[in-house]
Amino acid sequence: MLWRIFASVTFGKLLFIPSYRSTDFEVHRNWLAITHSLPLNKWYIDDTSQWTLDYPPLFAWFEYILSWGALLFDPEMLKVNNLNYASQNTILFQRISVILTDIVYALGVQKCLYSFGNNQGGKVQKDAEKWFSSSTILAFLLLCNVGLFMVDHIHFQYNGFLTGILLLSVGSILQKENLKAAFWFSILLNLKHIYLYIAPVYAVYLLRSYCFDIQKSKMTFHFKRLIKLGVIVVTTFGFTYGPFVSQLQQVLSRLFPFENRGLCHAYWAPNFWALYNIVDKILAFLGHKLGWIDPLSKVTASMTGGLVQEFEHAILPSIGPKTTLVFTILAILPAVVILLKQPNQPRVFIRAIVLCAFASFLFGWHVHEKAILIVITPLTLLAVSSQEDCRLFMLLSITGHVSLFPLLFTPFENVLKIVVVLTYSLASYSFLSALHYDPKSKGTLLKFRSWERFFLYGLGFVALFESCIHSMVDPSGRLPFLPLMIMSVYCAVGIIYVWFSFVIGSLKTEKKISKQK
Amino acid sequence: MEVPYKLEVIALTTIIIKLGVSVFPYSGKNQPPKFGDYEAQRHWMEITVNLPIQDWYRNTTDNDLLYWGLDYPPLTAYQSYLTGSVAKKINQDYVKLHVSQGFENFDHQYFMRMSVLVSDCIFFVSALYFYIRSLKMSNKYKWVFFALSSHSGLTLIDYGHFQYNCVSLGLTLWAIIFVSQGKNVLAAIAFSAALNFKQMELYHAILLFAGFYLMASCQPKGSSLPSQLKNLVQIGAATVATFAIIWYPFLQIHDWLLQQVIVRLFIPFQRGIFEDYVANFWCTLNVVIKIKRLLNPTSIASGTIT
Repeated sequence: MLWRIFASVTFGKLLFIPSYRSTDFEVHRNWLAITHSLPLNKWYIDDTSQWTLDYPPLFAWFEYILSWGALLFDPEMLKVNNLNYASQNTILFQRISVILTDIVYALGVQKCLYSFGNNQGGKVQKDAEKWFSSSTILAFLLLCNVGLFMVDHIHFQYNGFLTGILLLSVGSILQKENLKAAFWFSILLNLKHIYLYIAPVYAVYLLRSYCFDIQKSKMTFHFKRLIKLGVIVVTTFGFTYGPFVSQLQQVLSRLFPFENRGLCHAYWAPNFWALYNIVDKILAFLGHKLGWIDPLSKVTASMTGGLVQEFEHAILPSIGPKTTLVFTILAILPAVVILLKQPNQPRVFIRAIVLCAFASFLFGWHVHEKAILIVITPLTLLAVSSQEDCRLFMLLSITGHVSLFPLLFTPFENVLKIVVVLTYSLASYSFLSALHYDPKSKGTLLKFRSWERFFLYGLGFVALFESCIHSMVDPSGRLPFLPLMIMSVYCAVGIIYVWFSFVIGSLKTEKKISKQK
Repeated sequence: MEVPYKLEVIALTTIIIKLGVSVFPYSGKNQPPKFGDYEAQRHWMEITVNLPIQDWYRNTTDNDLLYWGLDYPPLTAYQSYLTGSVAKKINQDYVKLHVSQGFENFDHQYFMRMSVLVSDCIFFVSALYFYIRSLKMSNKYKWVFFALSSHSGLTLIDYGHFQYNCVSLGLTLWAIIFVSQGKNVLAAIAFSAALNFKQMELYHAILLFAGFYLMASCQPKGSSLPSQLKNLVQIGAATVATFAIIWYPFLQIHDWLLQQVIVRLFIPFQRGIFEDYVANFWCTLNVVIKIKRLLNPTSIASGTIT
């Protein structure tokens, strides 16, 4: 079933080859050119294009391998000076590279499916072939994830490929193959360093569940295992960064451009700081109106536009990178707690990943709205097995995918984004309702709490406002950021709500188990 | 447990596929001087919006019939007029007389594709959805039926090549729905409208007129002859009335106007037994027996009339 779903979805993706491409398309073309045409020591130094290489070296190697395929399509794209070059063959090649590398995603999904089958008592093969089983539904939810479709196949990125490697790693943990998991995760970190967000989970889990062995009151520490882990990590990092040892500082400055980026991206990711910003704006506005603030003092929240935003808050204290780090660490604590208290349980590991990804998304520095996908993917794995998690998954996926709307703003994509998110949400809702159907309960559909339902209705309106209503009401574009701000703030509320519910749910099960002891 | 909303999900999925086809080029893109069916539809909007009704099917200085002259019945002309009026409001350049010939532009492509999508949803998708919902078949396979009926041929021609087959097919399907519900008058109106949108519906007309209409007039079973006659008269009257309303402007003005329109509708008879490549009997036979040469040597010499 999985490969049938994958084949169908692949055909669908082919239909969208000519659609809108964002600047990320040129970014990757530039990286193909740099890795192919320049010697190794120039990869992280070249700045012919403004889109300099800012992913770790393993991704640069990946682009290098791809560039040999690019030669067959159009060698002109590999010239570093051909900025914004986008011939038909270039578009075709790049789009197809994303579509083909999604095979890695399918392999990752397959690995997780087997693990789920195992936990349900060995009905793996038969289940996976049935039209209607938790394996098939999980395969559908993951392979047809509309967020990945919008970001990868229209906006243009390689997240499918990267998520595939993440799932290979998570799947290994599910099958108790801890060394493989460590290997895949190291590879992942060397491909895109955004996954540092969830590195703490791996560190705690592998130390607590793999290296330590606490039975009754005896505690053994497997030093050998720690060595093995260390070897895997060190060799992968070594192979990746080895050739760049002489330019390590330059590479790191490209990977972590702290001095250039502000608290929020140009479009505020729907996280805690978006709410912080809006509260600050409202307080400043009220302050002026009600005379709290001396009108002569120029206290207004200054938010310079452009690619990166510098923030200075008006009333509330300004936030710096160190503050966000403290908040993030505090928010990660629940994940650490459940990992320490319930070792060796893969399900708890997935919960911890979700919690950690949530924490980084909500409190991190300069978070991109696309990072919500790192939260949604592991939550999908939990959705098929628990009704509570299923409800939270539905809320998060609808909110998260709608929050990606501002990425696609051209005419066709405006219509498309509504239709695809609607279809995916309705399909997930239908399949998951049928999966969790309880003959004893009154209804056949998943039930949301009443305030959740109202939130979703409001979300529909916000989505329509962002895509059509705003341009009809304000054609001259006097307030171009209004729909983005509304979208950010509204989705932030929803995402924080889901996070809160999920934390409470995770800690509750932890309490239950510790009570049993 | 049965999965809910399967039919709705598949309906939305077919719309996604249609949107996917929409982003690709249309027939005749970037191919002056003639372009293709997309330009034909745009040209009809230009003609109907700018010229008086008696000139729509006539060869005048403003309306060159050799450049994509109207050759569909009046309902298409009215639909072009409606769509053209909307186009004019969005951007006058889309339908400016003479100037807009060969107008090609991304926003215009978006507008045209959306006009097909809207027509499709109003006429065809709605008909298919209601028809399948009302069928007495297992819920399990209804979505398969829907998917097959939104087949790639229709999608490619309407959303790719560019035409409005969805309107006439949708109206025909509505006629069938009304017949199955026993609403004969509505069925007559719907099918007459379909026929007046595209004369290609004549292919279905024989079955519908003879089969459904006559049979429908004999329902309900066991009713007396007077009531059966009444049924037949009602259906006939509805059909005639629909034709009359649609053709009214052309009947009124001049005698020869009606004849001119009919000539335009059946212009294929001047083109010969088949045109270009078509997967039918005559074209295949032509490979061995050159029918075209045998039947009508003059029409070959007169060249293609488009």
